[in-house]
Amino acid sequence: MNKDLSRRGFLSQGLTGISAAWISAHWPAMLSAASHARQAAKAASPAKFEFLSPEQAREIDAIAARIIPTTDTPGAHEAGVVFFIDRALVTFAKEDQKTYAQGLPGLEARVHEMFPGMEKFSAATPEQQDQILQSFDEQSSGAAGRPFRRRMATQSFFETARVHTIMGFLIDPDSDKRGNRDGVGWKVIGREPEHMFQPPFGYYDKDYPGWQPNPPDVEKTKS
Amino acid sequence: MMPDEPKYKTTDEVDFVIVGSGAAGGILAKELSGNGFRVVVLEQGPYLTEKDFVHDEIKVLNQDLLTNHRELQPTTFRKTPQDKAKPQRALVYGRLVGGTSTHFTANFWRFHEIDFTERSKVGPVAGSTLADWPITYADLEPYYTKVEWEIGVSGLAYASPFDPPRSKPYPMPPLPVKSSGVIFERAARKLGWHPFPAPMAILSEPRPGRSACVNCGFCLGFGCEVGAKSSSLATAIRMAEKTGRCEIRPNSYVHRIELDAAGRATGAVYFDARRNVQRQKAKAVVVCANGAETPRLLLLSANKQFPNGLANSSGYVGKNLMLNSGGVTTAVFEEPLNDYKGFAVSRILHDFYELDPDKVGFHGGGGLDARFDMTPIGFALGSLPPGSPRWGKSFKEVLSHNFTRTCEIYGHGTSLPVENNSFSLDADLKDAWGLPALRLTYKDHPDDLKLSAWLNARSAELLEAAGAKKMWAPPVQEQQFAVHLLGTCRMGNDPKTSVINSDHQTHDVKNLFLCDGSSLVTSGRGQPTMTIEALAFRAADRITALAKRGDLPT
Repeated sequence: MNKDLSRRGFLSQGLTGISAAWISAHWPAMLSAASHARQAAKAASPAKFEFLSPEQAREIDAIAARIIPTTDTPGAHEAGVVFFIDRALVTFAKEDQKTYAQGLPGLEARVHEMFPGMEKFSAATPEQQDQILQSFDEQSSGAAGRPFRRRMATQSFFETARVHTIMGFLIDPDSDKRGNRDGVGWKVIGREPEHMFQPPFGYYDKDYPGWQPNPPDVEKTKS
Repeated sequence: MMPDEPKYKTTDEVDFVIVGSGAAGGILAKELSGNGFRVVVLEQGPYLTEKDFVHDEIKVLNQDLLTNHRELQPTTFRKTPQDKAKPQRALVYGRLVGGTSTHFTANFWRFHEIDFTERSKVGPVAGSTLADWPITYADLEPYYTKVEWEIGVSGLAYASPFDPPRSKPYPMPPLPVKSSGVIFERAARKLGWHPFPAPMAILSEPRPGRSACVNCGFCLGFGCEVGAKSSSLATAIRMAEKTGRCEIRPNSYVHRIELDAAGRATGAVYFDARRNVQRQKAKAVVVCANGAETPRLLLLSANKQFPNGLANSSGYVGKNLMLNSGGVTTAVFEEPLNDYKGFAVSRILHDFYELDPDKVGFHGGGGLDARFDMTPIGFALGSLPPGSPRWGKSFKEVLSHNFTRTCEIYGHGTSLPVENNSFSLDADLKDAWGLPALRLTYKDHPDDLKLSAWLNARSAELLEAAGAKKMWAPPVQEQQFAVHLLGTCRMGNDPKTSVINSDHQTHDVKNLFLCDGSSLVTSGRGQPTMTIEALAFRAADRITALAKRGDLPT
C-alpha cells in the first residue's frame, strides 16, 4: 500500500479546511513528527528482534497467523504482528514477558501431548494448530469484554497473545509500534489509510438531500 | 508556554490560583486574567500540544497518555458505605492542560429549563436529594451563548422543537451528516420523533489558529491534532496566556489548601514535577479540579477548623454524585456506513427530555444520539456482536464485514442525586505520592436503571424502523465506572444542604471558590460540559464583581 496515502499524505496534499495560520504555526512540528514516523516504519522492516529469540519468534508468528489467518486477504503474518509483539515486550507490555516466557513451553508441552512426536507448534498443520489453540481458549476466561479495562498481566498466555495479535494487526501504522505493516490490517477491515476525509462518508449519506426542518406544527408533547 | 506568559514566584501573592485547567479552569483563567487579575493555573498533568496528539490507540488509551494514570493513581469501588471498597479502576478524566475537554466526544447540549427546577416541578423523589438550583436557565442563557461564540460550537438553532429559548443562533453551521446520522434521522421521523443536527464543540469552519474538523476519525479519547475540537487547550488556555497575566503551570499536583488564623485560604500546596512540595500564595483560590478531584482536595485539606474536610460544614463534600444514566445499542447495517470517518455524533433527538413519571413509572428523561466512537483496536476487541468468534478465519470475516457497517445509538439520561453516592478518601490505599486514593461509592437510584432500560427500548425501536440487520445491547446494570463527575460540591442557598452559593463561593471559606462538574445540582440529560463551561463564564463574572467591590479579602 502506498504510504503516501496516510497521514503524511494528508499533511502534504489535502490541506482543504486547515487554516493557513494553523499550518504555518505548526508545520515544522508536523514535518518532524511525520519524518520520525516514517523512519520508525522503515525500521520495522528488517527482521531483527529486540526481545524474542528466533525460535520464540517463529512460534509466536505461527500463533498470530492462526488468530488472524492469511486468507484471500493478508493476515497477522503479513502485518508483521510478531515484530509488534517483540517490541511490545520491551516497551508497553514488559510485564507480559513472563507470560510469554512461561506460555511458550506450555504450548510446546501441549503440542507433545496432543500430537506425540511433533516438536513445535509451528511444525503443525493449520488444522492441528487450531485444535491446539482451541484447547487453550477453552481454558481462558472467555468473555471478550470492552477493551482496555483489564490488566494484560492477569490474562492467560492465549488471551494475551490474542489481544496482542489484534493490537498488532490494527494499530495506527504510523506509530512506533512496528505493527500493521503497510497498513494491511486497516485495509482488511475496510478502513481507508488517510487521516483526513470529506463527506459523503458512506452509503447512507451519499444521497442525503440536505437538512429539512421538522414539521413546524409539531406540539411539544410529553411521552 | 507562550512567549508573553508571565512566570510568577510561589512567594508572589497572585490574585487567583486556579486548580485545574479543564473545561471550567480554562475559562476562569481566561476571564479572570482578561479582567486584569494575576492568575496562576496549577495543572496536575503535562502540557501537551497538537504535535503530541497521535492516533496510537495503545499509547493514548491503554497507557493513559491523556488521562488519570491507572497505576500512579489507583482507585477503589464499593456499592454502599457498608461495603468494603475493592481496588478497581473507577473513573477516567483528562489529566493534562485542557483537562477532559481535550479528549471528550464534544456533545454540547444546553440544559433545559426543567433541569434547574425539576424538584419543584415533580415534587420530592423517594431516595433522592433532588433539589432546585439557586439559578435558572434564564440566568445561564447569556453564558451558554458566550460558550458557543467564544469557544466555538457548531449547530443549528431552532432545529429541535424541544430546545430552550436562545438569544443568538450558533456561530457556525452543524458538522456534515454521517451515515449513522442519516439512518437515525429517517427512522426517527418514521416514528414521529424530531431528530436534529447535533450541537458539537467541534469547528465546522476554521477560526484563527484552528482548523475546521478534518474528519480524521480519532476523536473520542484522543486529542485533536488540528485544533478543531474546542477544548480548553485549543481555546481558553491560549486566550488566557495572551493576556500576559496568566501562568499555566503544568505537572503541579495540588494536594492541600491552607487557611490562615482568620479562616481565609492563603494559596495552594502542590507537588512539582520532581515531587518537591511548593506553596503558591494567592489572595483567593478557585478549584476546578473536576467532580472527583475537587471534593478529594477539600477532604485532603481537613484541618482543626474543618475536621471533616475544608468547606464541609454541610457534610455534602463528595456526596450526591451523579454519573448520568443511559445505555448503548449497537447495530449492523447492510451497506457500509464508514462511520469511522469523522467526529462521533451528527444527529440527536430530545423527544424524551421530559418524561411524565405518571405515564412511564419513573422519574427522569433523556436524549438519543447516533454515533460511532470506536477506533480499530477497540472495535475489534469490544464491538462485535455477542457470541462472535474471537479469533481465526470466522473472526476475521465478521471483523472485516462489520467495521464499516456498524453504528451505535446512545441513550443519555438523568441520574438522581443520592446522598450515599460519592467520592471520598480511601484510608487503605495510597497513590504514588503517598496520598489517600479516590474511593467511588455508587448505587444507581432505581429510577435511573428504569430510565436506562426505557431509553434502550427506544433505541431498539429506532433501529428496527431503520432496518438494522442486527442489533444488541448489554443488559442494564448498576454502574461501577465514572466518566461524568457531577454534583459532589453542589450549589445552593442553604449552607446545610450545599457547599457553594450561587456565586460559586464556598459557604464556609469566603475566598475559596469551586467551579466544575461538582457544582451541578442536577445531572442534566447526559451532556454536562456545556453547562460546566457556561457556569465558569458566569462564575468569572460573579467573582470579578466580588473582587472589584472589595468583598474578597486581600
